[in-house]
Amino acid sequence: MPLVNIRNLTRIFDVSKPWLNRVIERRPKAMLTAVSNVSFEIEEKTVYALVGESGSGKSTIGKMLVGLLPPSEGAVEIRDIDLARETDAAKIDSIRSDIQMIFQDPYASLNPRWRVRDIIAEPVAARGGDTKRLAEKLLEQVGLAARDAGKFPHEFSGGQRQRICIARALASEPKLIVCDEPTSALDVSVQAQVLNLMSDLKDEFGLTYLFISHDLTVVQHMADRIGVLYLGRLVEEADPDTLFDAPKHPYTQMLLAAAPKLDGFGREVTPPTGEIPDPINPPPGCAYNPRCPLAQDICRTTRPELRRVGDARVACHMVD
Amino acid sequence: MTTPTLSIRDLTVDIPTRHGVLRPVNGVSYDIAPGEILGVVGESGAGKSMAGNAVIGLLNPPAHIASGEIHLNGTRIDHLKGDAMRRLRGKDIGMVFQDPLTSLNPLLKIGDQLTETMLAHLDISAQDARQRAIAALEEVGIPGASQRVDSYPHEFSGGMRQRVVIALALCAEPSLIIADEPTTALDVSVQAQIIALLKKLCRERGTAVMLITHDMGVIAEAADRVAVMYAGQLAELGPVREVLAAPVHPYTDGLMGSTPLASRGKDRLHQIPGAMPRLDALPTGCAFHPRCPRAQDDCKQDSGPRIADGAGRAACFHPITREAVA
Repeated sequence: MPLVNIRNLTRIFDVSKPWLNRVIERRPKAMLTAVSNVSFEIEEKTVYALVGESGSGKSTIGKMLVGLLPPSEGAVEIRDIDLARETDAAKIDSIRSDIQMIFQDPYASLNPRWRVRDIIAEPVAARGGDTKRLAEKLLEQVGLAARDAGKFPHEFSGGQRQRICIARALASEPKLIVCDEPTSALDVSVQAQVLNLMSDLKDEFGLTYLFISHDLTVVQHMADRIGVLYLGRLVEEADPDTLFDAPKHPYTQMLLAAAPKLDGFGREVTPPTGEIPDPINPPPGCAYNPRCPLAQDICRTTRPELRRVGDARVACHMVD
Repeated sequence: MTTPTLSIRDLTVDIPTRHGVLRPVNGVSYDIAPGEILGVVGESGAGKSMAGNAVIGLLNPPAHIASGEIHLNGTRIDHLKGDAMRRLRGKDIGMVFQDPLTSLNPLLKIGDQLTETMLAHLDISAQDARQRAIAALEEVGIPGASQRVDSYPHEFSGGMRQRVVIALALCAEPSLIIADEPTTALDVSVQAQIIALLKKLCRERGTAVMLITHDMGVIAEAADRVAVMYAGQLAELGPVREVLAAPVHPYTDGLMGSTPLASRGKDRLHQIPGAMPRLDALPTGCAFHPRCPRAQDDCKQDSGPRIADGAGRAACFHPITREAVA
């Protein structure tokens, strides 16, 4: 049984101007579909990675998974419990402590006025749990010293702060950690340290990660299963080897070709044309059709369903 | 030998503080030839942007050039002040910054920003300047340039804005462009577009480029030569193919090893232990020795051989000898 089951998840944001402006300027309401009909499952003790460019909806999915945003349609089920609709408070509570999140910016996600001890123990303290020596133990597990517990966040570098964020995420002994671009703000050598730490902790505690990133090389290194998002839609899902060796969706192919390669000396890439379309007025049919070299008439009228092709799932009319 | 467009010799930047003098750039020397793209890589705090800002005279006081020389097309420019430097900026040196939104004035139409730069530096009429502004926008690939010239920056997407910034940097036909993390704020597909554009324009015009970035992939694809910086010093300098594929400085080697690569699969990433030292607590001798697997006693006392063009590749007493490996 998968740990997380996401079904037809949709999130629509109202980005209209204020009421009076709409009346005076005679504009209709503007609705931005950040996530559109996304379904996938995360197996226990695996790493599921969501990749996509900015505006593809990857962070919105992460926020809906932890319950920071309610879904507009569809459902997020964790162990068969739908957090948004479940009425039994005890059930919700039991699931809540199983989910934690690590954010992108370690400078913004730690309270500068709190000592590290209080920051790390907070998820447990808030539930009235036993926090004695908890922060010290966790700090040592993430490669910092126990005496660091008495310090303030400003005394640490970016990589060390991200370790503190990881320690805080581990405090309530979660099953699932949503990592939203955990290493994007870090330097390569520090990124390597944090990624190694995350892999070790995963094995040690039997964690499940939803790993959100725009960096294809990091995703390839970490993930067991990868979902590629484009304009809020899941366009392809596969395991890393299949995805990187034989990408099926034209968008995935473009993304992989455009990513700079360490051994691509003097490589002359034909840069992809166009940009991500406006999510308020997405193109009809397949969202990628204006930029797609394979686009046919059907792509401009009918949105392709995600269907199974070999080991992968692809949303494209042109893929056999 | 032709005169290099930019020649930096023993550049040292000091920041005097209450607790002593910090040295974010320490004795750096390199040249950039016309039409060449020199990649400057390093982690945050390595001094790569500081070196770029020193060249264009944009060091924030109290930071200042303490010693060394900067020559642009054979003329010394590091001691220029005020007006003389201002004439140089934009005219002879173009600058592309990381964030395209903050480097454009949100209250001015982009056409006005382009013509303002051209009128300040070139002896042309306002009408000509407008024509050239449209031509410049067309050249960087903005569709419908003759209409878009009257748009404001907020009407453009991030990638389009960075194209405008590049047009702005190129419009007075400078001989050197300093591009400081030009694609860091952009998506992968847009990044590929901007890198291709920068490469094309520089090849066509023979503009030299100092490409400052932390992204090794971007360096590999765009740069001709690469300078690796660590704690304000040049660690390794050489052709991009050699430095990235067969690094000889232990720091470059560690940096390449810690980058996730397809060919390495899921093995653990190589870790450089520790972190870059703070500027107020630099170790004696080679700045990298506390983290270096090859460090020996002499590394702790002396700072290692300085390198410059034609004089050594890695600032290291015990560089990795590639023949032995191969």
